[in-house]
Amino acid sequence: MSALIFWLLSIVAIGAALVLIFGRNTVHGVLAMVVNFAVVAVFYLMLQAPFIAAVQVIVYAGAILVLFLFVVMLMGNDPGPLWEHLAVQRPAAILLVLLLIVALVPMMDVRNLTGVTATLIGPEFSDPASLARLLYSEYILPVEVTALLLLAATVGAVVLGRRGAYRTKREEVLDLDEVV
Amino acid sequence: MEALTTITTTHYLILSAILFSLGVLGVLMRRSAIIAFLSIELMLNAVNLSFVALARDLVSLDGQVVVFFVMTVAAAEVAVGLALIVAFYRSLGTTDIDEAHELYG
Repeated sequence: MSALIFWLLSIVAIGAALVLIFGRNTVHGVLAMVVNFAVVAVFYLMLQAPFIAAVQVIVYAGAILVLFLFVVMLMGNDPGPLWEHLAVQRPAAILLVLLLIVALVPMMDVRNLTGVTATLIGPEFSDPASLARLLYSEYILPVEVTALLLLAATVGAVVLGRRGAYRTKREEVLDLDEVV
Repeated sequence: MEALTTITTTHYLILSAILFSLGVLGVLMRRSAIIAFLSIELMLNAVNLSFVALARDLVSLDGQVVVFFVMTVAAAEVAVGLALIVAFYRSLGTTDIDEAHELYG
């Protein structure tokens, strides 16, 4: 049963990624990413990481992609040219990515790892409390540094978004007109 | 047949590798800044999936802690990155990253 779910959801995840890459519509791309992130959240549940699954839905699907949608709304739905000014870029990119897949997939064979099956893992493994205990003891310094990073990112985004933080090309042209 | 009915860590890692490669394809192929940025998120997500799969394989929560930090840093990155894209758009009126050649010497 879980094997069937895995295969179906893998197809959905890869299909959503393909919609993002080959779609002509940016909004459809963002919505495909919502599907992809939700599917990956289900994978997290199957891998006994319910806390990560919840954070995935709340932070990724809920916050980050909504931010993306706002920006798409702000700028109009212009996907840009699908293909490039350089004619070789598309086939070259596809060839390189196929090579990457051929190189990566054999590396993923991990039969020499412990290969623990799901039933052997105790309930405390998927308990968010164990994760929290680890975060606030062993990883307390990274948690604090991340807090600082989030503050810096917030300030940075506000500064960049402020009107008058930089001069647009149009303003420069207007200034030149005034001089003339 | 057993490879189809028994889902192991290897299956998750291969799926993660494929999703990562598709993210690379998106960044290499598309010129829209937003699509390229979303492809980067796709890659981060694929790596997260392999972290969680290996965390279960090794029965260690450290992998999940790393995923937690990756998500936090991704949120910060998206906030600043989208602010940059909006600034870029306000300045040039497009999100085509080929137009970003102002800094050429």
